[in-house]
Amino acid sequence: MTAGTTALGRQLPVVVTSPVAVWFEDGWTVTKRNLVKIKRSPDMLVFAVLQPIMFVLLFSQVYGGAIRVRGTDYTQFLMAGIFAQTVVFGATFSGSAMAQDLKEGLIDRFRTLPMSASAVLIGRTNSDLVLNGISMTIMMGTGLVVGWRVESSPLEFLAGVALLLLFSYAFSWVMALLGMSVKTPEVINNASFMILFPLTFISNAFVPSETLPLVLRVFAEWNPVSSLVQAARELFGNVGTAPVPDVWTMQHPVLTVLVGIAVMLAVFVPWAVAKYTRISTK
Amino acid sequence: MAIIEASGLTKTYRAATGPVHALAGLDLSVPQGTVTALLGPNGAGKTTTVKVLTTLITPDSGTATIDGVDVVADPQATRRNIGVSGQYAAVDENLTGFENLEMIGRLYHLGRRAARERARELIDVFDLSEAGDRPVKGFSGGMRRRIDLAGALVTNPRVLFLDEPTTGLDPRSRLALWGIIEGLVADGTTVLLTTQYLEEADRLADDIAVIDDGAVIAEGTADQLKARVGGHRVVVTLADEADGDAVTTVLRRHGVGDVETSGDGRTRSVAVEAGPSALQRVLADLGEAGIDLHDAGMRRPTLDDVFLRLTGHVAAEDAAAADATGTDRAEDAPREQQRETAR
Repeated sequence: MTAGTTALGRQLPVVVTSPVAVWFEDGWTVTKRNLVKIKRSPDMLVFAVLQPIMFVLLFSQVYGGAIRVRGTDYTQFLMAGIFAQTVVFGATFSGSAMAQDLKEGLIDRFRTLPMSASAVLIGRTNSDLVLNGISMTIMMGTGLVVGWRVESSPLEFLAGVALLLLFSYAFSWVMALLGMSVKTPEVINNASFMILFPLTFISNAFVPSETLPLVLRVFAEWNPVSSLVQAARELFGNVGTAPVPDVWTMQHPVLTVLVGIAVMLAVFVPWAVAKYTRISTK
Repeated sequence: MAIIEASGLTKTYRAATGPVHALAGLDLSVPQGTVTALLGPNGAGKTTTVKVLTTLITPDSGTATIDGVDVVADPQATRRNIGVSGQYAAVDENLTGFENLEMIGRLYHLGRRAARERARELIDVFDLSEAGDRPVKGFSGGMRRRIDLAGALVTNPRVLFLDEPTTGLDPRSRLALWGIIEGLVADGTTVLLTTQYLEEADRLADDIAVIDDGAVIAEGTADQLKARVGGHRVVVTLADEADGDAVTTVLRRHGVGDVETSGDGRTRSVAVEAGPSALQRVLADLGEAGIDLHDAGMRRPTLDDVFLRLTGHVAAEDAAAADATGTDRAEDAPREQQRETAR
């Protein structure tokens, strides 16, 4: 088959020219590509949807009866912890997806196109934000079914949701950088398991940190995940009369998380983009 | 001035076993509208060369320009002039063929309408309608390569890079892809192609640059390179292996240089100066000695011979494993047969 090529020899004009338009066009094109993937890989969606349902049910129904929390009901206490854990783990998908694209040569393809250097990462973090938003919504629905109630104003509730999603977005950039630095996508999954499980469990997410032995308690009180959990708990009105540890980050959790998000974005966005402009399949 | 110019390119990687000089002062010049093949075994530096020229990696030293644009200093301008298709067929499995091509068009900033129009056009021209509206996931390697190649042609680039375009393809898909590439070349596209298949370089390329250890060790047309190895060879295949020594004696009498023996010992060949008359004399002597032959003939030197002569090892993937020339030669024959079947 000699591809007749009659139609091939034509010059095609570039119509998107201004740098800002290019930036939007590229970011949106890659985001769309990733969203199509979510739509077409049911297994991914099922994982993103079923896992949070499972966590809510397991913790509230299995441990809920055994764990007593001072000043509030365990389900009220638990939900912010599960939200925080889900957004932290949800962000790791950005890492494994970058590693996968790199391995399959798609990053090489993108890097030989005259694209904006940040587009692939922006598209990645955008679509993972959507995925996290979906699982958060489902988790909240499940939470309401098992008795979780938001006891704050609608504005505070929205602020809580925004804070959780913003944190996952910023953390996605950290994981995306890691995803470009590892040899295979599996490494990301294993490594995040090893690091993120202790980080989310040695915190105030599932039990009050005051119940932990001294060393773990200090770790839990200063753990950034604890601040995120505490911030969500406050904004959803789920703290009740439970005592708050006398640590600055726990006393000012919302501010702590906002500063954390700002620092993550300021450091890891430029770092990840710089890394992206140098990587290629081995 | 040539459309692709590279001079003194070097690139060294650190590895656990010490530094690896992927490129060691590589020079290359590709005139507009021609096809140049970079020929060499795995690890010779072919892919590294393509990666430097397609802006994927930065060389440690040396310069490269494409259509007068410095690839290191102005990668974005370079990217507008080139199309790249590689051995990994970098297509998104979850997108359809059409969506893959449309996405690339939009990333070249052609706008939504033109990108879609172009995608439809390429689907027609490359006979991809089957993969047009189904996710690529379920399709064969040959189909993926065609989508990948179509992706490289979205903007009708001035220079097309094909990194081992047919590695791993079945013979039929390989032939189909060669046909497409020949069509593009006829349209005036400049092509830089890497391959470890000598036959591929022989068929597609105007010029061949033989690469080994990160540098070009020989350059020229296929005929020029073959001429460096010498003239014709007389090749005979025995009916009975026991006659081997007698045959070798006869071949040595009429030929120049060493007699080569295939892995199974039945096929023996020698370079000759006189051409057909040498074959006649060999056959007469063998007939007189009462030796039965399975096959006999003349063979022009192949690029395999060229590569073996220039580098001391064969161009196949397993070349690295066969370090001594003796084992190389033994392995040459089965491979030759494989390629025969591939045709």
